[in-house]
Amino acid sequence: MAAIDPSNRGLRLFARYAVLTLVAVIFAFPLVFMLVSSLKPDDQLLRDTASLRAFLPVGDLSLRNYYAAFDRAPVGTFILNSVFVTGVTVALSLFVCSLAGFAFVFLRWTGRDLVLSVILATLIVPFETIAIPLLLVVSKLPWIGAEGLTLGWLNTYRVQIVPFIADGLTIFLFVQYFKDLPGDLIEAARVEGASNWQIYRRIVMPLSGPILATAAILKFLVMYNQYLWPLMVVQEEGRRPVMVGLQYFFQLNRAWGEIMAYLSLITVPVLAFYLYLQRAFIASIASTGVKG
Amino acid sequence: MTRLTTATALALIWASGALAQTELTMWYHGAGNQVESEIINQIISDFNASQSDWHVTIESFPQAAYNDAVVAAALAGDLPDILDVDGPIMPNWAWAGYLQPLPIDPAKIESFLPGPKGTWNDQLYSVGLWDAAVALVTRQSTLDELGLRTPTLEEPWTLEEFMGAMEAAKASGKYDYAIDLGMSDQGEWYPYAFLPFLWSFGGDLVDVQADPQTAEGVLNGDAGLKFGEWWQGMFANGYAPGPSQDPADHASGFQEGKYAFSWNGNWLALPFLEAYDDVVFLPAPDFGNGNYIGGASWQFAVSGTTEHPEGGAAFIEFALQDKYLAQFSDGIGLIPPTTTAAAMTQNYKESGPMAVFYDLSADQARLRPVTPGYPVASKVFLKAMMDIANGADVADTLDSAVDEIDADIQANNGYAQAQ
Amino acid sequence: MASRLSFSNRAGWLMALPGFGLIALFVILPFVLAFVLSFTNQRLVSPNPTEWVGLSNYQSLLGLGVLHLEPERDEAGQVVTDENGAPEYPRLRSYTRNNPDYPHLQGKSEWFSFDWGNGRTYVLASDVVFMKAIVNTLIFVAVVAPVQAGLALVLALLINQRLRGINIFRTVYFMPVVVSIVVVSLLWRFIYAEDGLLNNLLSGLTFGAFDGPDWLGNPRTALGAIIGMSIWQAVGFHMVIWLSGLQTISPTLYEAGAIEGASRWQTFRYITWPGLRNTAVLILIVITMQAFALFAQIDVMTKGGPLDSTQTIVFQAVQRGYGKQDISSGATISVFLFVLVLSISLLQRWLTRERR
Repeated sequence: MAAIDPSNRGLRLFARYAVLTLVAVIFAFPLVFMLVSSLKPDDQLLRDTASLRAFLPVGDLSLRNYYAAFDRAPVGTFILNSVFVTGVTVALSLFVCSLAGFAFVFLRWTGRDLVLSVILATLIVPFETIAIPLLLVVSKLPWIGAEGLTLGWLNTYRVQIVPFIADGLTIFLFVQYFKDLPGDLIEAARVEGASNWQIYRRIVMPLSGPILATAAILKFLVMYNQYLWPLMVVQEEGRRPVMVGLQYFFQLNRAWGEIMAYLSLITVPVLAFYLYLQRAFIASIASTGVKG
Repeated sequence: MTRLTTATALALIWASGALAQTELTMWYHGAGNQVESEIINQIISDFNASQSDWHVTIESFPQAAYNDAVVAAALAGDLPDILDVDGPIMPNWAWAGYLQPLPIDPAKIESFLPGPKGTWNDQLYSVGLWDAAVALVTRQSTLDELGLRTPTLEEPWTLEEFMGAMEAAKASGKYDYAIDLGMSDQGEWYPYAFLPFLWSFGGDLVDVQADPQTAEGVLNGDAGLKFGEWWQGMFANGYAPGPSQDPADHASGFQEGKYAFSWNGNWLALPFLEAYDDVVFLPAPDFGNGNYIGGASWQFAVSGTTEHPEGGAAFIEFALQDKYLAQFSDGIGLIPPTTTAAAMTQNYKESGPMAVFYDLSADQARLRPVTPGYPVASKVFLKAMMDIANGADVADTLDSAVDEIDADIQANNGYAQAQ
Repeated sequence: MASRLSFSNRAGWLMALPGFGLIALFVILPFVLAFVLSFTNQRLVSPNPTEWVGLSNYQSLLGLGVLHLEPERDEAGQVVTDENGAPEYPRLRSYTRNNPDYPHLQGKSEWFSFDWGNGRTYVLASDVVFMKAIVNTLIFVAVVAPVQAGLALVLALLINQRLRGINIFRTVYFMPVVVSIVVVSLLWRFIYAEDGLLNNLLSGLTFGAFDGPDWLGNPRTALGAIIGMSIWQAVGFHMVIWLSGLQTISPTLYEAGAIEGASRWQTFRYITWPGLRNTAVLILIVITMQAFALFAQIDVMTKGGPLDSTQTIVFQAVQRGYGKQDISSGATISVFLFVLVLSISLLQRWLTRERR
């Protein structure tokens, strides 16, 4: 291995960036296509799909599709609904699932292995295949709210949130991550008489930055892209989320330009959330690795 | 928009103290279509203001999600009072009890085209404010260049003439394909647009007269086989793009000159008229047993669970006025169900640019099989058409389609009406 | 390891219960309902009362049969051949429809056949489409699980470097995941079209020598096209999981490795990989589960065609449950899928068990 030859180093750096950029091009194009297309009129957009022009901001560009999208559907309402439902679910999910993960990894209790196996097995059940039975369940569930005791959860925010708080994948993410945490830290805390709750809050959670960020983004994506379920359980336009809203644009005459404009708009919250988490991510790495 | 209108309407009620009105909820499939929403909202507020018994509020759903939303609501016991339903699906919902017979005097709709009248088991369940139609679209200049006779309703193209047109277009070398059949639109378009070809050969999807109903002999009989072979040939000979057709080509191919002909619905006629000044709408060809197009579009009905069917019927009757029928037609390009309404429209009045569609609908429209089994049979048909287009054995494919349809009929006790 | 566990029934149940309770109510209970439905004739839309039908849903889904046929012979005993000289066989339908001698073949049709002895052996299935769906799904899983996990790891290593601007790349690599799968599938329908972007690109790169196929319209390329697009779409998802695993590895280990003069491969082999063990198990399981659930791409891009070459198990479950209103058949498929995946993951676990 040649030591420090500056030209060699520069070349290597260049090669690294070249590889990174090439891969980036392969992954970036849907978003570029979406953004560029959202500025084009329909006929040009469709003509361009067969060539590289699809990715270039050329021709007759304007924001008309965006205005049209807002005219066609209450876009703002849909985005707010989705952000609200997704945000609440992600927050509750991180708490509930990390708590369960803690119990599975750091505590010993009767039935632990069985319960964990059952939870892992639920990973196998695709949502599409239980949607109808789930509909029958939530349509009969009671709820105590402002109007007293009511039966049936249809047409509410909670029916979009509560069934998705806990899921096997998120619990599993925490379980696998917690297994890698240094055991001596926790043992030391136990010896000093810390309660389980204190260990969870003061030791385990602060070390869990990367997994919290990962679990949050994965859950965010799943929730934000919900379609089948809200379609089945929410009838009021004012409570509809973004993917149901997308259907407003699939009329018999497809308005492709408006579809792209709408998609660009609804992608903003996801990207913003990812970028925000990435910074949190970096911050938690900066505090150096956690494994001794 | 919807919410605004509803809010205004609510405010009006409070102001006028019309609290005696009974609340009726209505579901509609037109969310995202501004023109449609405006018209339906107008009808509703006119209706609410016109009498003091009922007050209708509307919830619109996007079309692609509508049927699933209704079925889910029915399962959860949460149907509205009034709802709209796609014509061929109506018997399924009526059979299941989602709908109840519509208490409207049949004399009121006597003058309607056959398509918009939703009758099942000798009872009226739904009425439409419009119908849709399909035509063979091309340009006069194309017909002239290829040396083809202009077909008429009285004298449509025969099978030979139709295939001659395909061959002429292909041989000219000017087009990617002779005809766009809309193969990339893999939903209700298939049975709606292609069953007429099967009928024209003398076959059918389901024999609804038989007891129990069956597809045996009509879908896979001699006529069905002849139809299947012809259908396969359309793709094997390169006359039409198959199911993997680029959706972009389906949307704009005809306007760009990629196809000589397009088998397309009247709701897509406007872009054609914009692209060319010599567009002509030709009637469906006659392959030996008459020439047909599909009839029945969206229609209004009252739900099986509503306590006020007479209220729903009052609203539907109110909406059937010629002025609304004409407004809908002008707004979204669909065919008005009465001649009097047609005369009031821009496109369908005599010598209007799409007047031909009114005649097509009146003369050629045939209902897709009126049976509760239609939703299943139509999906089986869709798959069979795709498979045959992709080269599957015609006889085997139709046989197994028949098996599947008949198994479904059997599993539902022959779709006999529940007691 | 065990020493840091404290035995605490109360705390354990208390902390696990919110999560487990919710899962029990919203996943397990509906699944149990689906399990019950699979033994009935429940329809999605129907006025008819539900009846118990025992195992008949399973029989009509999974029933198999074998039939061996001799070629047809004319009166002289000569084998009848068609114009290509291949022997002709009697029509299968005459055995499988209302033939009193073959009651066990009633309603079955040909899945595949092969020459055997001086005749032809037919493997028959009650539900040929579903059999094809099983095979396609297994192929999809077998290709996607290793390839996607591997590529995701490579990407994670690529963006785990300390370089100026690396955050931009991290974001870009994740982009396909951010855009909804429905949208991505629509976009790829344009790309895969016969005169679409991919073929135009390929023919440009080869100076016109390559005449690309109709990717989604050809039964031989359709599943491959779906696989390629699916890997591209989801690889960023698993890259993020790998990344979180990579970040649990202490930099001091790498520093120690550097001091000892470890090569890049040695560093990976002896420091990185051992530190990723739990992550690897996680990723393999997650990818396998997600691959088995393949649905959205199929629904948007091919609807299972051409000629059933892209039918999948979940697509069939949805087709039947919702499209064909046969909710009990849909439920039967989900129970079958559950048993199938459970057996595979138990096998997977047994094969990757820690050998001590």
